[in-house]
Amino acid sequence: METLLTPALKEIAIDAVIGVIKLAVIFNVLLLVFSLMTYIERRILGFMQFRRGPNRTGPWGILQPAADGIKLFFKEELMPEGANKFLFFAAPVVAIITAYVSLAVVPYGGPLVLPFYGPVSLFGRPINIQIADLDVGILFIFAITALGVYSIVFAGYASNNKYALIGGLRSSAQMFSYELALGMSWVSVIMAAGSFRLNDIVAAAERMNPWMWLLIQFPAFVIYMIAACAEVNRTPFDLPEGETELVAGFHVEYSSMKFALMQMAEYINMMTVCALASNMFLGGWLSPLPGVIPNSPLWFFAKMGLLLFVFIWLRATVPRFRYDQLMNFGWKRLIPAAAIWVVLFSGLTAVFGEKKTPPSTVAIIAPAAGQVSR
Amino acid sequence: MTPHAATSSLPPYFPVVMLFLAATGFALFNVILSWLLGRPRPNAAKSSVYECGVPSVAKLSERFPIKFYLVAMLFILFDVDAAFLYPWALVFKELGLFGFVEMMIFMGLLGAGFAYAWKSGAFEW
Amino acid sequence: MILDVILFYGAALVAIASGLFVISQRNPINSAFSLIITMCSLAVMFAMLGSGFIAVLQVVVYAGAIMVLFLFVIMLLNAKQEEGERMGGIGRAGIILGVILAIQSVMVVWKGSSILPANHRDTASVDVARGLFSDPRFLYPFEATSILILAAMVGAIVVARKEKGK
Repeated sequence: METLLTPALKEIAIDAVIGVIKLAVIFNVLLLVFSLMTYIERRILGFMQFRRGPNRTGPWGILQPAADGIKLFFKEELMPEGANKFLFFAAPVVAIITAYVSLAVVPYGGPLVLPFYGPVSLFGRPINIQIADLDVGILFIFAITALGVYSIVFAGYASNNKYALIGGLRSSAQMFSYELALGMSWVSVIMAAGSFRLNDIVAAAERMNPWMWLLIQFPAFVIYMIAACAEVNRTPFDLPEGETELVAGFHVEYSSMKFALMQMAEYINMMTVCALASNMFLGGWLSPLPGVIPNSPLWFFAKMGLLLFVFIWLRATVPRFRYDQLMNFGWKRLIPAAAIWVVLFSGLTAVFGEKKTPPSTVAIIAPAAGQVSR
Repeated sequence: MTPHAATSSLPPYFPVVMLFLAATGFALFNVILSWLLGRPRPNAAKSSVYECGVPSVAKLSERFPIKFYLVAMLFILFDVDAAFLYPWALVFKELGLFGFVEMMIFMGLLGAGFAYAWKSGAFEW
Repeated sequence: MILDVILFYGAALVAIASGLFVISQRNPINSAFSLIITMCSLAVMFAMLGSGFIAVLQVVVYAGAIMVLFLFVIMLLNAKQEEGERMGGIGRAGIILGVILAIQSVMVVWKGSSILPANHRDTASVDVARGLFSDPRFLYPFEATSILILAAMVGAIVVARKEKGK
């Protein structure tokens, strides 16, 4: 055994163990937060609409998500006549995979620093609460979100139901229309940070001062939040689920756990967009009073929670768009606004911003020419 | 660029693969468990396609508006545009005014296409 | 490294299997689903070659955008199960070309010539971006792309409008 464990192999083993632990913790915490979210959302909606919301299961109804989960497990699976069995089964699985994989690159609060304790380390390594710190960072999320559309298209098509098909089509058209505005709203952030990594973006905000950062990026933040709201199908953009005209849209034929997985994917996507916004625009784990209060992952969760609350608040307040209004707003208002912001921001940066000199000409030409670099 | 605290000896995509496997396993586990617990006992009424309280008559063979196709096409084109915007934004500070002009020509041409689409009513629903 | 090898063969297996599904499925929607999986597993291979940026673009543009259009077209034409048809001339030509391609690939592997240089290192997104935008050689192709996109946009609108008018 001793001979097998060379130092290099030991390094790999330790990294793998840390990776698995991080993965397990983040995966399960998100699962827990998801179930709490369903409860909190119903409670808040209840209070906002002068009713109580779930309050019978356990103290204050807190066990409601567990009861719902157990119920859904025992519900009968229905498969509509003439459905495409494989795709009908694949759609919720795709939804869950895309929802979970997209959060791999999201840092959940940077280096793990506990209040009154200090930095936490495992096997003598500082812990970064992030599953994978990829070079492509934020683009990874863009790619996986693009795949998320398929769960809706397939669910709508496979159900062999006209409501589901129309709901699926509308929803997918909505999603990719708003995906463009969503993607463009990131450009000014990437430009200011000079990196795709979310860690670098938070670091850039720290250098500038998080408040200043938010002020400068505020138009992008507004565009992002509107587009994100449509991207995760929340009210006022919950057209696909328009229960008054489409009964339930693309998941009308879904029941039991397959339905639950669809719902879960939606909530996880909602958490992902809020976590992203919190990192990109609100400075992630940086404290709102730099130098006075220390940075901590708790700040990150507070900011994310605030954004989640805004989404719930919107649901209680705003009525649903009509479909033509939705598409008009997306293509004629939001996308031009995002494009104009990119032009404006890049123009101002080009004229007034600091200029960086590229490392050297050799490093620029060599990779482009397909030769060996550095 | 900040130094990255957690430099790992594993390939960078490895955790993503693990996450993918975990998510797939989780989804399959749930679907199969609920299939075992809530055994499907289909009958004609249950497995008929949902319709508001009346038997479903029409077969699903309707075609849908070409608008959706058009929007999908426009989406691809602007998606390619976005794919160029990202690397450009990444090195924008090194390019300066040259990069700005470079991209403005690109976006100007696309903007002309966008204006044409707008004028010809591609965004009217 | 052993993990790379496992992942490579896993992705290669998925790519080949789903590629076979694309041509063997009778239902066009199932074929499209398989094609999406093929493209995603190709993206995994790009990532393994150290070019995460290309991998992401592969997913965004091909698996994400273009396949949505494929699916919409299949649904738009309401294409159902294909009838079992005898293989036509195009099919035979395809087989011949496939065999030629297979022989070529075997020859390339046999000769041991690698596309990647021996001291290859990961290509960061920044390198791709610098190559694309700082290098004047790519200025013209980049601007030409926008004209291509413009032409495609106008074409799509004109075709769609003609359909609507009649």
